[in-house]
Amino acid sequence: MDLRTIGKSIPANVPGNKLPAEINVSPKIYASDNNQSGAVVEIRNLFVTYRGRGTGQPDRQAVKGLTLTVQSGEVFGFLGPNGAGKTTTMNVLLGFVNASEGEASIFGVNVREPIARQRIGYLPELTYYYKFLTAEELLRFYARIFGISRAETERRIDAVLKLVELEAARKRAIKTYSKGMQQRVGLAQALINDPDLLILDEPTSGLDPIGRMKVREIIQRLKNEGKTVFFSSHELGEVETVCDRVAILHEGELKVEGRVNDLAEQHHCNLEQLFLKVIGYRP
Amino acid sequence: MKNIAAVSSIVIKELYRRKDFYVLFILTVLICLVMASVSIFNDHNIIRYLKEICLLLIWVSSLVIAITTTARQIPAERENRTLLPLLAKPLSRTQLILGKFLGCWLACGAALLCFYLFFGLLAGSREHQWPLLSYLQAAGLHWVMLGVVIALTLLGSLVFAAPSSTGTICFVIVSGILLLGRHLNKVALHLPEPRRSILYSLYYSIPHFELFDVRDLIIHNWPPIAWSVCALAAVYAAAYGAVFLIGACLLFRRRALN
Repeated sequence: MDLRTIGKSIPANVPGNKLPAEINVSPKIYASDNNQSGAVVEIRNLFVTYRGRGTGQPDRQAVKGLTLTVQSGEVFGFLGPNGAGKTTTMNVLLGFVNASEGEASIFGVNVREPIARQRIGYLPELTYYYKFLTAEELLRFYARIFGISRAETERRIDAVLKLVELEAARKRAIKTYSKGMQQRVGLAQALINDPDLLILDEPTSGLDPIGRMKVREIIQRLKNEGKTVFFSSHELGEVETVCDRVAILHEGELKVEGRVNDLAEQHHCNLEQLFLKVIGYRP
Repeated sequence: MKNIAAVSSIVIKELYRRKDFYVLFILTVLICLVMASVSIFNDHNIIRYLKEICLLLIWVSSLVIAITTTARQIPAERENRTLLPLLAKPLSRTQLILGKFLGCWLACGAALLCFYLFFGLLAGSREHQWPLLSYLQAAGLHWVMLGVVIALTLLGSLVFAAPSSTGTICFVIVSGILLLGRHLNKVALHLPEPRRSILYSLYYSIPHFELFDVRDLIIHNWPPIAWSVCALAAVYAAAYGAVFLIGACLLFRRRALN
């Protein structure tokens, strides 16, 4: 199922494009004429400092001077060990955490503007969706927030549930879902607005090999449809398979960034070996 | 507005899919029906006591429903991490707070309607008279007061992390105001300075929930109060509700969601 064919009400990232009337957004902000570079995600000299809680706890710098650009249509892998600052960076992009210094924009719009999130789909790590709702009701709720019309909502629900293979369970309460099904319903909610940019925080975390393969297939499919995907993962094999470019973050600093093939040639090793080298792992 | 309505619809759905309301409603019905079936001393005026107990149960149940429903809204969203995908949509934090408030208030309104319908049926079947206007005023003022309680609890849920602590503290505050609020100025009269000023300022700054308690009106079948008084009470509640909601919005806007 090509998601672009199901009521394409949110246009691709073409500067000057206007939203159709059904999504009531100020075209002045949306058109983002300042987004001349074609970059979907732009992070410039980003610093995030968390204040120490309690007495004697020092402040902690989670991200240190990160500069990053993700181009339209790219699948970008955001790598790093636990605590490297990946989720913090994503949280800044989504407006959950304020940058201490630096700037971040999505489609040329400052990430602090709610309108910047109109064309984004986001899948957080390990989320337990409203247990008292069914998948269908959950997707209807999120579609309502995007201002998608009723007829369009029903079409999109059918399409995304088919894509994540949850059609048979659409009327079942989410509390009866397995972990893999919950993750897939999460992916469905991230796709309900047919986003141009998908931000996925460890989408395969906690899934069995089949579940992981399915998520990978979906990312591949989205890539073929020209979507921009920005995702973090610890599964380096999967990153190598689906990503165009990767960045490796360690202790809040960007260590390596580039195309997967170029990095392999440059460093004469595969992604896993490069990752271990960058984080200074000695067996 | 559509975003606020969307968020509130989820809160309403949650209330009627959980057991809390049904348990409290069935309990109230059972207690009242058992009491109504017993004729004590063959006294026909016993209906006043029955009405009083029924209304007390309704007040306690409605406060429990309002406080517990509201106290878990934001903490549960944080705990289950549903707050993240929700705020990753074009939904502002202020809209989320307003949606939660509206949802809780409407859900409590629906619950209150069921309680007062039962009360009306019970009292009407025993008294054979239907002072609908008085019932309407009592239920309306009760609902308006719950709006202030919900706004206060929403603010509390952003200050205290655990729903249980928010619930307990808010329940103590609301019960304290209901029981003691009207007497604070009298107590202040007998205190030396500066305690007198402190208590007076507390008396004038707390929302006086007892102003909305017109149970006596229907217990003793007194005539309805003037609508202008009801309107004034609604304005008073709206002012306090707005203060608590603005506080909640400001607090939530500054909070990092990591």
